[in-house]
Amino acid sequence: MTLVYLHTSNGMSKSAFEAVTYSKKIGNEVIVLTAGNADANTLATLGSFGAQKVIVNRAIDGSDEQQVSTWVCNHAANAENILFLHDVAGKAIAPRVSVRLKAGLVAGAVALPEMDQTIKVNVFSGKAFGFVKVNSQKRIISLLANSIAPEKIAEVCPVEEVNETIESSGIKILSTKKPEGNIPLPEAELVVSAGRGLKGAENWGIIDDLASALGAATACSRPVSDIGWRPHHEHVGQTGIAIRPNLYIAIGISGAIQHLAGVNGSKVIVVVNTDKEAPFFKAADYGVLGDAFEVIPRLTEAVKRFKLNQ
Amino acid sequence: MKTLVCISKAPDTTSKIAFTNNNTAFDEAGVQYIVNPYDEWYALVRALEIKESVGGEVTIVTVGPNEDDAIMRKALAIGADKAVRIDANPKDAYFVATQIATYAKTIGFDMVLTGKETINYNGSQVAGMIAESLGFPLISLASKLDVEGTTLTLEREAANGVEVVSVNAPIVVSCAKGMAEQRIPNMRGIMAARTKPLEVIPPAACDDLTTFATFGSPLAKSEVKMIDPNNMDELVALLHNEAKVI
Repeated sequence: MTLVYLHTSNGMSKSAFEAVTYSKKIGNEVIVLTAGNADANTLATLGSFGAQKVIVNRAIDGSDEQQVSTWVCNHAANAENILFLHDVAGKAIAPRVSVRLKAGLVAGAVALPEMDQTIKVNVFSGKAFGFVKVNSQKRIISLLANSIAPEKIAEVCPVEEVNETIESSGIKILSTKKPEGNIPLPEAELVVSAGRGLKGAENWGIIDDLASALGAATACSRPVSDIGWRPHHEHVGQTGIAIRPNLYIAIGISGAIQHLAGVNGSKVIVVVNTDKEAPFFKAADYGVLGDAFEVIPRLTEAVKRFKLNQ
Repeated sequence: MKTLVCISKAPDTTSKIAFTNNNTAFDEAGVQYIVNPYDEWYALVRALEIKESVGGEVTIVTVGPNEDDAIMRKALAIGADKAVRIDANPKDAYFVATQIATYAKTIGFDMVLTGKETINYNGSQVAGMIAESLGFPLISLASKLDVEGTTLTLEREAANGVEVVSVNAPIVVSCAKGMAEQRIPNMRGIMAARTKPLEVIPPAACDDLTTFATFGSPLAKSEVKMIDPNNMDELVALLHNEAKVI
């Protein structure tokens, strides 16, 4: 049996479907655990991707990872595989479950297990990959977003609502600051990112326009977030966040190795730069040598025309 | 605050990443090691700032062989009070976390800080594993940490934004960007680091739960295709028809 824990308090993300599809492919019976007040009809849609049953614990809200870890372990006796997403929740819960159950954790899996049951992960900030072998009987996997395409194979599944109280860790949540922008960067399939080449915070309008035409999230390079042109949570790179969208458009970013470390998992990279020696061109699939202030509005118009004709 | 900061070495960002022994081990030839940036810039520097404002002691710990003393001296130069090296080759995250937790239990710390991940294995596992082994709460991916008495107020990354949380020590915190600014060690720090205590202790018995079977390097990117800056319709068409990403 494969047990999947999903954090659903903020709605169902595409990566939740990816996790269930992944689980279905590694083990026949898939049971999803979740906490909080997600609507039962919404949870039932996980059945379409292969979940046999969803168990939702209404007594805990999922924000206390220590509590969640205990609850997951309580249900893990018959699980051969325990799956998490390699996201904020998974990074806090999976290691705890690994210690509690003395089960090896494959952190940040990017593919299904190989024939020899090793699982591929990215290492050295995406500059290499490795195949992890788990030495314990139970196996814990945290899956990186965008690693597998969700496959609809069935209809809805039953949702079992339980009220299992678990001791709290004592962490009190005082408030939550919501991020700006609609699409969370780590999950975004399309990302428009800009650097110092934009010359000032006031020039980000052309970036926002392109992003909204594409339905993309926005990101930036480290200097830009350090100067305060853009918020820190948009900073991608070695010391910011690492992303792996389908399309990464880098505008006015030279492509320092620290920046590349955060984006080299992208499927396709487009680079727009005035400097033909910019190292980013070497990592790009498509390059445009030109001034962002001319090229980007033109690209935005081209995207709008394309969308109209779709 | 009695604080333990976990330090890992990591290859300098410009290092060539290659593998040896039939692609089963990282090739260390010619590799320059640095203190893992998340451990140094965020965890260690914030621990020192807290010590400077409320008092206490900052101990650094690593799991590694003799050669790692150099990394520990560097972290001492930034301002840690003393260093402990657990004398073993780190096998996997569970092994490292078990060693550090075993040591931490014998001393008793109010806070255990780690970087959010290492830049070599990027697993983000050790902090959670230490927290579980010690039975402490974990604040994962924290970008702010303030201490008042035994109460800590932190900001952490959450699924729906940034959460402001409060919790009582003892805790484990994994530190991300925003925590602190980089500190460059000065000459006085470097001189003082030479005489600060660096204790070497033997490892505890521990199984490794995972093993890297093999490593590999991604295929080189094909040549970049340059597009006429006056013809963005062509770029859009290529992204749709050839790359199939829009």
